[in-house]
Amino acid sequence: MSAPNAPQKPGLIGWLDYRLPIFGFMNKELRQYPTPKNLSYAWNFGSLAGIILLIMILSGLFLAMNYTPSTDKAFDSVERIMRDVNFGWLLRYIHANGASAFFVVVYLHMARGLYYGSYKSPRELLWIIGVAILLLMMATAFMGYVLPWGQMSYWGATVITNLFSAIPVVGDDIVTWLWGGFSVDNPTLNRFFVLHYLLPFVILGVAFLHMIALHTHGSNNPTGLDAKKEDKIPFHPYYTIKDLFGLGVFLVLFALFVFYVPNYLGHPDNYTPANPLVTPAHIVPEWYFLPFYAILRAVPDKLGGVMLMFGSIALLAALPWLDRHPVRSGRYRPLFKKFFWLFVVNALALGWAGGKPAEGHYLLIGRLCTAYYFIHMLVVLPLLSKFEKPSPLPTSIAAAS
Amino acid sequence: MTTKTPNSSNSDAALAGGHEATTASRRDFLTMAAGGMCALGAGVALVPFVDSMNPAADTLAAASIEVDISKVQPGQGMTVSWRGKPVFIRRRTPEEIAEAEKASLADLKDPQADKDRVQKPEWLVLIGICTHLGCVPLGTKATETRGEYQGWFCPCHGSAYDTSGRIRQGPAPTNLEVPPYNFVSDTVIKIG
Ligand code: HEM
Ligand code: FES
Repeated sequence: MSAPNAPQKPGLIGWLDYRLPIFGFMNKELRQYPTPKNLSYAWNFGSLAGIILLIMILSGLFLAMNYTPSTDKAFDSVERIMRDVNFGWLLRYIHANGASAFFVVVYLHMARGLYYGSYKSPRELLWIIGVAILLLMMATAFMGYVLPWGQMSYWGATVITNLFSAIPVVGDDIVTWLWGGFSVDNPTLNRFFVLHYLLPFVILGVAFLHMIALHTHGSNNPTGLDAKKEDKIPFHPYYTIKDLFGLGVFLVLFALFVFYVPNYLGHPDNYTPANPLVTPAHIVPEWYFLPFYAILRAVPDKLGGVMLMFGSIALLAALPWLDRHPVRSGRYRPLFKKFFWLFVVNALALGWAGGKPAEGHYLLIGRLCTAYYFIHMLVVLPLLSKFEKPSPLPTSIAAAS
Repeated sequence: MTTKTPNSSNSDAALAGGHEATTASRRDFLTMAAGGMCALGAGVALVPFVDSMNPAADTLAAASIEVDISKVQPGQGMTVSWRGKPVFIRRRTPEEIAEAEKASLADLKDPQADKDRVQKPEWLVLIGICTHLGCVPLGTKATETRGEYQGWFCPCHGSAYDTSGRIRQGPAPTNLEVPPYNFVSDTVIKIG
């Protein structure tokens, strides 16, 4: 942003910028923005997530023009989008698979942060804002999945809203309040649509805070060292081109899903209209919720399961204080590196167990993985912070390469 | 918040000198009182918004229903919809009744005698919603699995209920709920 009393520059942009410094702002934050020169492709997922958010808002906007949020019309209106609305099928498949893509990209983005210690000082708030975005995304995706009003929509909504009934004393009143009735019904569908429309714009706002926090101290980098001035290059053209290349690769993969296997990640049960009197034999949430669902089911106690599930996300936010090791990057932490990969495998196993019926071996594996999740966060990371000897650190980014 | 100085004037001299703390604490009081009132007002202003999300009058007024149970044979059951929820009506066999009555209260997670859950032992009327997370348990139709205790089995996370609809196994914390109902005649019951 140019200083308020800098002289007006020539031309239309100069005239505008003198009055509303929007171009100066973009120039500073998107062109000149000094970025460490050694960022790997693991740094692509942030801008990719932002672009997917825009794709979701755009496709959602056009879906909403043909969608009817009422229990007797919702299912049919989505079928009409699929069959009668011009390119309606494309809009819906982009939107449905876009939600999955959004979570893939955000989970990879988070894994990057976990490995390179991007949550450590001075980026704690940046990380916590990210966890807030994850929660908002979960709420948004959950409510979006209710809108087509199929069997999975209905029963997913029922089971998840009922989680709040585990709260002592006021739980049942909260659930009735969430529903606006005595079961998931028309008032519920209506408010879910309104909130599903609203929350993405809240996410957009919070993502801006995320960017402000990021640009205050700049990006972390694979060495985890503070980048010196000579280790930085302007964002444009170096990272604009790299991000665009990544976007191209992403779009190819995304198109494979949208055009060839658009229902691969969905559930056939959701093409059956909601029936409040019959629960499908095997209800599971969307894949991106499965690890948390496995944690929920790991304890045979209602309140315990719910607390553990929310606790697992709360621990993510507390990460900067659980891992206090002075070295940021996993690259120079031989032990941490091993546990990091164990954590990743464990998270995948949790997801796998969450998709299986809660019985026998599946339940046992779910329980073991849940235990490890908490042990990793509450025991392994604090112990490593105290006792792990890092391998020798390079003196600077230039010296590292 | 004691005032130690007689000088309560607000002049620059008072602000600059040793009286600063006093003046500031009076200010603080005003600021806090005003802030508190604002917070209270904002809280009260929220009430209508939050309460508008509670069930509306027409939802609350949802009528009661009358159900003809004359066609249900012993060992069979039926499901009807009341307030958008399924209600199970099962006509129990003598063995099922005996089973329900003989269970010792000490074995129950949510202890309740069978006689407190029925009006006529033959007829068991329950809200068909699992008290864990709200799925509809299987078992009302004879073809469905009834679980280890021969009542109902919830497929979602494996809760098993007995022939009195009491929770015996799995994560559900309480028994299946009994809705308000009464017998209008021997073959008709009114729910709600
Ligand atoms: C954070 C961004 C968003 C996410 C993660 C998201 C997620 C979802 C999901 C998972 C579904 C269910 C898809 C299906 O199975 O059919 C859905 C449906 C829907 N969404 Fe979104 N959404 C987002 C943004 C939006 C926005 C901004 C709007 C409106 C402006 C919108 C409007 C709709 C509509 C009308 C439906 C129902 C039609 C359908 O089911 O395809 N969405 N959304
Ligand atoms: S909802 Fe019935 S066991 Fe969870």
